[in-house]
Amino acid sequence: MGSDMLTCRLENGLQVQLKEIHSAPLISSWVWYRVGSRNERPGITGISHWVEHMQFKGTPNHPQGEMDRVISREGGTWNAFTYLDWTTFFETMPANKVELALNLEADRMVNSLFDPQEVTSERTVIISEREGNENEPLFRLGEALQRAAFTAHPYQHEVIGEMTDLRSMQRDDLFNYYRQHYNPANAVLAIAGDFESEAMLELVRKAFGPLTTGKRATPVVADETPPTAEQRVDVSGPGETTFIQVAYRAPRANHPDFFLLSVLDSLLTGPSGLNMFGGGGISNKTSRLYQRLVENQLAVGVHGGLSATIDPYLYDVTITAAPGRQVADILKAFDEEIDSLRQDTVTTAIIERAIKQARALFVYGAENITNQGFWLGYAEMFASYQWFETYLQRLAEVTPADVLRVAQEYLSSEKRVVGVYHPAAEGGSYA
Amino acid sequence: MRKPSLRNTLPGSDDTLRAVLPNGVTVLARGNHHSPSVVFHGYLDTGALRDPQEKLGQADFTASMLTRGTRARSFHQFFDLLESSGASLGFSGNIHTTGFNGRALTEDLPLLLTLLRETCETPTFLVEYVEKMRAQLLTGLALRAQDTSDMASLTFDQLLFREHPYARPEDGYPETVARISRDDLAAYHADHYGPRGMVLVIVGDVEPARALDLVGAALGDWQNPHQSSPVVLPEFTPPAEETRKHVSVDGMVQSDIVMGGSGPTRKSADHLPVSLGNNVLGQFGMYGRIGEVVRERSGLAYYAYTRLNSGVGPGSWEVSAGVNPANVEKTIQLVKQEIAKYLNEPVDSEELSDSQANYIGRLPLALESNSGVASALLSLERYQLGLDYYREYAGQIRAVTPEMILEASRRYLDPQKLAIASAGPTG
Repeated sequence: MGSDMLTCRLENGLQVQLKEIHSAPLISSWVWYRVGSRNERPGITGISHWVEHMQFKGTPNHPQGEMDRVISREGGTWNAFTYLDWTTFFETMPANKVELALNLEADRMVNSLFDPQEVTSERTVIISEREGNENEPLFRLGEALQRAAFTAHPYQHEVIGEMTDLRSMQRDDLFNYYRQHYNPANAVLAIAGDFESEAMLELVRKAFGPLTTGKRATPVVADETPPTAEQRVDVSGPGETTFIQVAYRAPRANHPDFFLLSVLDSLLTGPSGLNMFGGGGISNKTSRLYQRLVENQLAVGVHGGLSATIDPYLYDVTITAAPGRQVADILKAFDEEIDSLRQDTVTTAIIERAIKQARALFVYGAENITNQGFWLGYAEMFASYQWFETYLQRLAEVTPADVLRVAQEYLSSEKRVVGVYHPAAEGGSYA
Repeated sequence: MRKPSLRNTLPGSDDTLRAVLPNGVTVLARGNHHSPSVVFHGYLDTGALRDPQEKLGQADFTASMLTRGTRARSFHQFFDLLESSGASLGFSGNIHTTGFNGRALTEDLPLLLTLLRETCETPTFLVEYVEKMRAQLLTGLALRAQDTSDMASLTFDQLLFREHPYARPEDGYPETVARISRDDLAAYHADHYGPRGMVLVIVGDVEPARALDLVGAALGDWQNPHQSSPVVLPEFTPPAEETRKHVSVDGMVQSDIVMGGSGPTRKSADHLPVSLGNNVLGQFGMYGRIGEVVRERSGLAYYAYTRLNSGVGPGSWEVSAGVNPANVEKTIQLVKQEIAKYLNEPVDSEELSDSQANYIGRLPLALESNSGVASALLSLERYQLGLDYYREYAGQIRAVTPEMILEASRRYLDPQKLAIASAGPTG
């Protein structure tokens, strides 16, 4: 671990990660909770995300609206995200104002009000958020694909939740869930920026030290049987454009094969950024699937997605079909490219190229304090910060034989779901 | 390590180089050695204003083709070099300009500038790639037609700007893009691309003087004696009455609304007062007054906010919201009431003080990354605001009063003359 890092655990169980970066007079502070849609059961899908929303609705000390005002007045930015394995809240502030953020986060970790009227109002806001998502063909397709890819694991549900659950959940469901999962023992506080670590630790102790400990969340994860046969999902909806998604079962982030699969993804669909904030991306015009599908005018775009998760999730490839092209022709070309990767060893030069691209993306992401704070806590949600720090080194150890083995193991058609979005304009129908 | 202070994070004339090459390229450069990378942002002085009505999208199409092969390199050779370096280079067609952005590890800046020169000067417009790009653009337009937010925004521009060129989409329509030939693109490039009026801002791990040398070596001898003169923008008259249009996008679950009026130019004295007023109306915190009424109190929308678009020509001042189709009318009425209230009396001093503090406090965050600084410097050059603009910014913000905001806002927004566009399912 770098010498600019300080890590410790407060007596109440709160894990603290501090990283000094003196490039700008800013500090980014993140609170990460080990709770996400992975912790949900049928009937309360979407509850993690809804509880996240309720954290902006006030405490006795910070009434609704006051928190926004406090952060915004100082020129700070703040937001929150809920994903499969985690929920996180961040503030990036001028360095001399960070105590405001710490006090606010400590307060809402245990004192959020969940006023019944606010719950009612937020229900329609979240339903509106979901309706906005439903306007998107790729949301409709992705949701169907996710549902088909898992039989028991909570990863089968979209983070935003099922509409029926959003309509039926009650205030006490939300409040009890909050009480169960929001506590120091189930959280990581990650702070990056322009501070002296010892002084920052004192501020952290002052804000979070008095909170009573809780328990680390126990997820409701069910055993998921590995897939044994290819599945096909067809979705119809408005529009003129056909989309294809192919999702393979991916290893968990903490598995050695995860790094190998990320190299494989880079070869297939181009380098993917690890940065949530800033950094930009690198185009994918020389990737194998772009060359095969887009250059041959079967598709107008292709990209891959590999998420770092606690349990095995999905590696998916999304293809936007070229006008007038048949799904069967596109999938045939796709399969030929995958088969080639599963049969032939790639060159060392190709792997070195993928590593330079990853190094560049790391450098670009390092410009941004918010992004650095993000990584400091994010990596702890599925592994440890060391996972992030050793990422490039582990990529450098990848060999052509590794890539071949991983392609053979993970990119087999028995382990995938193929989803197709059929536009109404081409004969699809929709309700 | 030297501790950062607010002052040395804000660019100024003492740490930003500005020079104009003999061929007319303006270069701005600022060093930042915290990370071994560089970015550049810039533009060429030509854009969609020149598009013939029957070939809307021509400037955007041309910009999209620049990286699809040059005289020196094929499409594949070009991207192999770029992507192998972990670098990026992209172009976008705007109304007045053709923008570009690049990013690379420091060691690859000379390469990136070489590729910039090639793409700007010698794109080949091979028919094969023109047709591939056309298919991509048409797919993009098909997706736009199904995007309620895009369609509401497009319709709003048509209602507000009517006969003015700002009413036209830079990416055109399917039928106009279909009409653009390979020769149209090549002719457009030959007539309008050139170094005169080009601006290039480089920020990152390179000394400004060295950056200038590199730009000089890469672009200094570029000439285009045929480069056309700038286009004169027609006069704009705001609508004299309320205008309204709904675009039907069937099969959608949510509708989008975009409504509002005109806005000041970026150089207008009205810009800062209206910008601060806009912050109060629909941005501060979780979307200001509009967000409070539409999202927080009524629970009608996941997003409801305002946006002020100010450039070299007439601006627009827009309220956007995504709502259930059954709530479109109710939301429009709520927004109209809020706009009327906003224009009826000055914002209160506490609201203004909040927004002033927000504007001043957020500068370091906006300027922390190379990209943020490059974007900010490009705006300074585009609108001739002066290299010390950000150092003097706090004083200018603090000088704005509630009365200035009200007076300036009334020149642009009128609750009786709003342009109101919506897109979503009908009935």
